[in-house]
Amino acid sequence: MVKVIVDGTPVDVPAGFSALQACEAAGKEIPRFCYHERLSVAGNCRMCLVEVARAPKPVASCGFPISEGMQIFTDTEVVRRARRAVMEFLLINHPLDCPICDQGGECDLQDQAYGYGSGISRYQEEKRAVTDKDLGPLVKTVMTRCIQCTRCVRFSTEVAGTPELGMVSRGENAEITTYVQKALTSELSGNLIDVCPVGALTAKPSAFHARSWEYKKTDSIDVMDALGTNIQIQARGGEVMRIVPRVNDEVNEEWLSDKGRFSVDGLKRRRLDQPWVRVHGKLHPATWQEAFVSLARRLEGVPGEKIGAIAGDLCDVESLCALKDFLNSLGSSNLDCRQDGAWYDLSARANYLFNSDIAGIDEADALLLVGVEPRREAPVLNARIRKRYLDAGRGGFPIASIGQFVSDPTYQVDILADGPDVLDKLEAGEHAFAEVLQKASRPMIVVGHSALTRQDAPAIYAACKQLAEKTGVVAEGWNGLNVLHTAVSRVGALDIGFVPGAHGCATASMLRGGVEILWLMGADELPIERISPETFVVYQGHHGDAAAKRADIILPGAAYTEKSGTYVNTAGRVQRAFRAVFAPGDAREDWRIIRAFSEVCGHTLPYNTLEELRARMADVNPVFAHVGHITKLPAPKVMAPQQKKDEDRSFMSAPFRSVIADYYQTNAISRASPTMAECSKVYSVPRAIAAE
Amino acid sequence: MNTTWAPAEQPDNFAFDAESEAEIVNVLKKYPEERKASAVMPLLYIAQRQMGRVTGSAWIPLVAMDEIARRLEMAPIRVYEVASFYTMFNTKPIGRYHLQVCTTTPCWLRGSDAVTEACRKATGIHHFGETSADGLFTLTEVECLGACANAPILQVDDDYYEDMDGPRTEALIADLRAGRRPEAGPAINRMCSAPEGGRKTLLETSASSSDQK
Repeated sequence: MVKVIVDGTPVDVPAGFSALQACEAAGKEIPRFCYHERLSVAGNCRMCLVEVARAPKPVASCGFPISEGMQIFTDTEVVRRARRAVMEFLLINHPLDCPICDQGGECDLQDQAYGYGSGISRYQEEKRAVTDKDLGPLVKTVMTRCIQCTRCVRFSTEVAGTPELGMVSRGENAEITTYVQKALTSELSGNLIDVCPVGALTAKPSAFHARSWEYKKTDSIDVMDALGTNIQIQARGGEVMRIVPRVNDEVNEEWLSDKGRFSVDGLKRRRLDQPWVRVHGKLHPATWQEAFVSLARRLEGVPGEKIGAIAGDLCDVESLCALKDFLNSLGSSNLDCRQDGAWYDLSARANYLFNSDIAGIDEADALLLVGVEPRREAPVLNARIRKRYLDAGRGGFPIASIGQFVSDPTYQVDILADGPDVLDKLEAGEHAFAEVLQKASRPMIVVGHSALTRQDAPAIYAACKQLAEKTGVVAEGWNGLNVLHTAVSRVGALDIGFVPGAHGCATASMLRGGVEILWLMGADELPIERISPETFVVYQGHHGDAAAKRADIILPGAAYTEKSGTYVNTAGRVQRAFRAVFAPGDAREDWRIIRAFSEVCGHTLPYNTLEELRARMADVNPVFAHVGHITKLPAPKVMAPQQKKDEDRSFMSAPFRSVIADYYQTNAISRASPTMAECSKVYSVPRAIAAE
Repeated sequence: MNTTWAPAEQPDNFAFDAESEAEIVNVLKKYPEERKASAVMPLLYIAQRQMGRVTGSAWIPLVAMDEIARRLEMAPIRVYEVASFYTMFNTKPIGRYHLQVCTTTPCWLRGSDAVTEACRKATGIHHFGETSADGLFTLTEVECLGACANAPILQVDDDYYEDMDGPRTEALIADLRAGRRPEAGPAINRMCSAPEGGRKTLLETSASSSDQK
């Protein structure tokens, strides 16, 4: 620790801190534009000037290293005048268009001009103007507003790993551009809007929609991937206007994927806002009572084992718990949350979790990806891998993959093979990378759904596990054998035990006609056409997507922004989302629908409030009692019996196939979103070419 | 005030020729393999010179920058940044002869206006940045070329023509037009930046100084 004196107050800060960080540690606010905690230091805005004792002139604190006993003054006349002068320069070419600027109200330049500026300008000449750039369907540019802090350049180069933005030309003509007109190819491009301190980069889809102070802000969890990104839903007048990330260093740092940010317009389209009942082959709108009565009649006399339920990818744990309890009360154990047919070793919770936690990536020193493409399955996690890759330096974080990538992973990856066969070699220590894992002190294996949705998933997972045990991936105090999920509901569903019971059917057999009545809880990614024609399908969900067309009864549910829900991320972190807006029309929160219907059926569920339901969840699995944490449990009590051991440990020779056909269209919400459709159109073409 | 970055006629492809390849080998030798991005400026020059040699217009098309980025394993935008930053790299096609008039204070005091005027008159160019109708000359205004002792300077491609004035400039351009390249350096009777008409000081040789003793 180094002792520095900030405005007369001594503070102890770690060596290597900059003067700016030391000032922040002392509780002093330092204005800044180019400095960003998670980006490299550029030092070009000069707004963070402070006075340092015995320094001949004010210093830019963001890039100034501290030394023992250094005296920093953040609020002297010299500093104030320096800031005023810097601000005057910054404003010389900045247009006075705050009234028509989307950044207005949340603009660093606006706030700091107000706080530190001089209030007048002495500039008489013409201001410069810069042509706007087309950065694709997500980021809108008004380049005249740019103050050239280069945060966007550093973000796209360092964090996103897609170096496409740069500052070209010099002096008066300098401008931020891609140089060649092209859309940014990053799945994290929305974060450019957040890092931009002015209104140069703003959100294209929500341009001119609302002012930042008009939003009602609600904390929530992103459901577009299994990372459980912490988000804030910003709504106005019952309508979700936009979604921004919240800071959580253990999950998403402060980034959010484009799908999570820009799918919001999908929440307003193709919504199911009233119950529908199929009469004589045609769906007719109905009231809740009509729907419940006709469903109850249909259920009458159907034995429990002929009723089944499949959970989709966006469900909260509350609704799954209610649905499970309800089906159990009807005598059914035909439950499955694995609509993609994935296989997990359910003998212990650790077997289906990202055990090292997301933050564990920061410590890892070797990584083997097995049938997973982090960039498209969890872009923010991919940024974390890249961050580790860059921090570790050349060769410090060797990464290998079994399975090809569709898009550039943004870090150097050694592709070992296309299919799982190479695992045998690794296990036998015959492959060079086995040695790399062996030598590493914190090695990590990530198994993805390209592997787990295959027929030979048990064999692949068993091989990974053996390899892990052999090479120290699983060791005292470190468990680097990770599963990266693609669905936000999956881990929560597994935790609550939404899997077939002792004699229950799994997804495939339920589809084949193993059940008479099939309850689809937001399950749209199934092969709908394989559902046997005799099956009576109940669809409970929020979007009129694939499954709703096949349904005989539609129960309109709430999307993730419209209900308080619990989600468990791929690392097993239990997180709560809060309701931001009300569901449209007659749509209701999903657990309430089930609770209400259970009463109609005469199997009333024993909870009337969300609190009671959550107490029930904690009862089923104690992990749900610890929100915000990862609870490590030796043996959770609601594990389904281990599926029949597949003794045949042979691999199929087929290469791994990506589980995500189109990153921008993976669930009902994103498929309903015009913005995502536009992205899909813009980005699919070059990707397809790149894949060839 | 904006950089017009994309001239309509970008060539479709670019490949370094044998002469350039030989130069590249030499340049790359100077940098460690993992730091070869440092060679970006020499390679840009090589590309620009090759374009001048082959097409008569020494500029760097986009495809050449992409090719350099590929060779040096760097992001293309990093090459664009470097090429657009330095005024010596031409990102637009130019004439066969690049006339660069220094108009910074010392040259201006010594008559760079006359040089500029002569350039305009001799080439038919109206403004800085333009290329003459015959495609032979591009006139550019440059900042201090660092040869103030010989002001005013007219730089033609890589050569400094020093101590210029109007008539000498016109004569130089006439020569260039005729395909002759006069020797670079002072246009008046002096050696480098030594005084006009020969040395003015240190005239005594060691022999004559010993005579005096």
